[in-house]
Amino acid sequence: MSILSKHKFIETNASLLLVLSFLVVTIGGLVQIVPLFYLENTIEKVEGMRPYSPLELTGRDIYVREGCYVCHSQMIRPMRDEVERYGHYSLAAESMYDHPHQWGSKRTGPDLARVGGRYSDDWHIDHLRDPQSVVPESIMPKYGFLERTFLEPDHIADLLKTHAFVGVPYTDEMIEAAAADFRAQADPDSDYDDMLERYPGAQVRNFDGQPGISEADALIAYLQMLGTLVDFSTFTPDANR
Amino acid sequence: MNTGTLNYVKLVVLALATLFAMIAASYARDLAYQLHMVIFMIVAAGLFLTTLRATDEPVTPTPSHEYFDSVVRAGVIATAFWGVVGFLVGVVIAFQLAFPALNFAWAEGYANFGRLRPLHTSAVIFAFGGNALIATSFYVVQRTSAARLWGGNLGWFVFWGYQLFIVLAATGYLLGGTQSKEYAEPEWYVDIWLTIVWVAYLAVFLGTIVKRKEPHIYVANWFYLAFIVTVAMLHIVNNISIPVSIWGSKSVQVFSGVQDAMVQWWYGHNAVGFFLTAGFLGMMYYFVPKQAERPVFSYKLSIIHFWALIFLYIWAGPHHLHYTALPDWAATLGMVFSIILWMPSWGGMINGLMTLQGAWDKLRTDPVLRMMVTSLAFYGMSTFEGPMMSIRSVNSLSHYTDWTIGHVHSGALGWNGLITFGALYYLVPVLWKRERLYSLGLVSWHFWLATIGIVLYAASMWVTGIMEGLMWREVDANGFLVNSFADTVSAKFPMYVVRGLGGVLFLSGALIMCYNLWMTVRAAPAKAGLGTAVPAE
Repeated sequence: MSILSKHKFIETNASLLLVLSFLVVTIGGLVQIVPLFYLENTIEKVEGMRPYSPLELTGRDIYVREGCYVCHSQMIRPMRDEVERYGHYSLAAESMYDHPHQWGSKRTGPDLARVGGRYSDDWHIDHLRDPQSVVPESIMPKYGFLERTFLEPDHIADLLKTHAFVGVPYTDEMIEAAAADFRAQADPDSDYDDMLERYPGAQVRNFDGQPGISEADALIAYLQMLGTLVDFSTFTPDANR
Repeated sequence: MNTGTLNYVKLVVLALATLFAMIAASYARDLAYQLHMVIFMIVAAGLFLTTLRATDEPVTPTPSHEYFDSVVRAGVIATAFWGVVGFLVGVVIAFQLAFPALNFAWAEGYANFGRLRPLHTSAVIFAFGGNALIATSFYVVQRTSAARLWGGNLGWFVFWGYQLFIVLAATGYLLGGTQSKEYAEPEWYVDIWLTIVWVAYLAVFLGTIVKRKEPHIYVANWFYLAFIVTVAMLHIVNNISIPVSIWGSKSVQVFSGVQDAMVQWWYGHNAVGFFLTAGFLGMMYYFVPKQAERPVFSYKLSIIHFWALIFLYIWAGPHHLHYTALPDWAATLGMVFSIILWMPSWGGMINGLMTLQGAWDKLRTDPVLRMMVTSLAFYGMSTFEGPMMSIRSVNSLSHYTDWTIGHVHSGALGWNGLITFGALYYLVPVLWKRERLYSLGLVSWHFWLATIGIVLYAASMWVTGIMEGLMWREVDANGFLVNSFADTVSAKFPMYVVRGLGGVLFLSGALIMCYNLWMTVRAAPAKAGLGTAVPAE
């Protein structure tokens, strides 16, 4: 027990105790986090990923604001039942533009990683207004106020700029056109070709079916694109990952 | 610099802060930010006025030979208050899950489950737990160092600064100011404020240790110190984000996707490991020996389990990400270290429980000690359950289900709740100089209500968690899924009611405690010699 008796040296010296404790607690994080930034197979190479369109990004912020992640995961695990229920297991590449991630930790409601295209816009509106009207067993709260709250893209360029700053590949052109693209995506009568060129596969509709761009428009635009970007016909999993 | 000049510096800083908050409130892009800037403005203006009134007035010297206990008393009150608030919000959201109509239409933009759940978790972890840790650490470090708290009024800054952080976080959630990182939801300026308060907390705590009169730093202080330092590191790294504008609450995380998930659970699991475990072990190492009137069981065990615990805990995060898009090597590391972590965890439990050697009979007569021992038992149970749930195959069933919620609550209600209640029952008579508690009978009532409440909570969540996990994966002979997701939701209803009732029992126990502590201060006989200063011994 001679080693333990040397502990007297540490426990009589406050700075030493502080420094040693700090060193000891840094190791685990360094080993687990740092390699994720340089190991090349951490994020799969896939076809089809693009940054969120301005309207989708706004919808994502509403998803965050309302705490949807508290009950809905966006991370399908590679198990038989999950793949059967929700679709192809989630890839790291699919959330590479998610600042922060929305993987979630709890399924009080079902996983939403591939909810895009599963239900109609009308279903989403009914469901947000009164979830129990379309799923009687549901315990989800009502979100009718979203379709009554209207949005103006005053600060959308700032939002894109900040995302570009942390590494999302938004070009200067995208940032400049952000407000116009925001409006174009919610208006099928608009001139949306340029927007579609910038955000391939973005869905252009009046999502909530009423005039003006509401928070429900943005949220549904986000939900309808979730999990639809990656082209899985070109994807081969890496066995060493 | 003398106090006079310092006051002028303070006045300038406060005036600028008031002015900035006023401008920010008028340029605000969202409601959460606007309200927060108004709060900042009122606080800064109020402090400006009080500082101005004190400027160039004679100063009463601080009694340096006495312990600084007024801030600990305030901390005890805040702990009890936020505890009741946090438990109450918990009961409300538990019943929202059973009866969704409780997500009232008139409050749907503010009080839906998604906004109240972060309010509950932050209120119990950071408001109740955080105040308990700050108050007890300030008490323990003074007693075990035989020195007055370092830094003069910095102790009060830590206390009030921390309450301001809680108010900003709580109102932010209701108004939609969140960055969606679990247990780290507050937005960027609230994070910056907490960082300032936390650095002051470290300074006060470490400063007191440095000027101690005992040669050895007592074991409780190792744990408190490791908790303060590690939480600072976790908080800063997990909250690195860029504000979209300095006039709004919205910010964008620097990390994304898989890296962000790893950082989040490195933070998230060590909020458990350091906030709710290391810090509370510090509490345990002082109050259990005091209440049992026995020395700590093994000094050597405490050395081993301290270093092992803080080294191993930090690795455990990735067990929250089994089978996700996190690479397997990281998840495997998380699992292996989580299982090893079982040993130092039980080292702490054994060291605490065996401290009662020669004093076990006190369990029959002392309900406060019974509460502390039960908290150690719950600590032992949840630190066994945790490593088990971190095993990949077990986790494949338990992840995403209510089992996790039950596990967290057996730790939070059982371990953190009961040890804090024990510490409060110990502290109130000492701090208010009363001979004894108002009623030991009421402590027994609290003990049984809380214990039965926890058992109802944990048991109902085991049932729903395992049930829904099995229902999700059930396939019939043809390979089709048997249950729709909605089937699993409706099957959980009875257990959700039982869980809510468990919460009601736990909350009632806490209310009884508040009454008992209040009556102790008001009605219990004062100790002889009231009013004399407590010398630093």
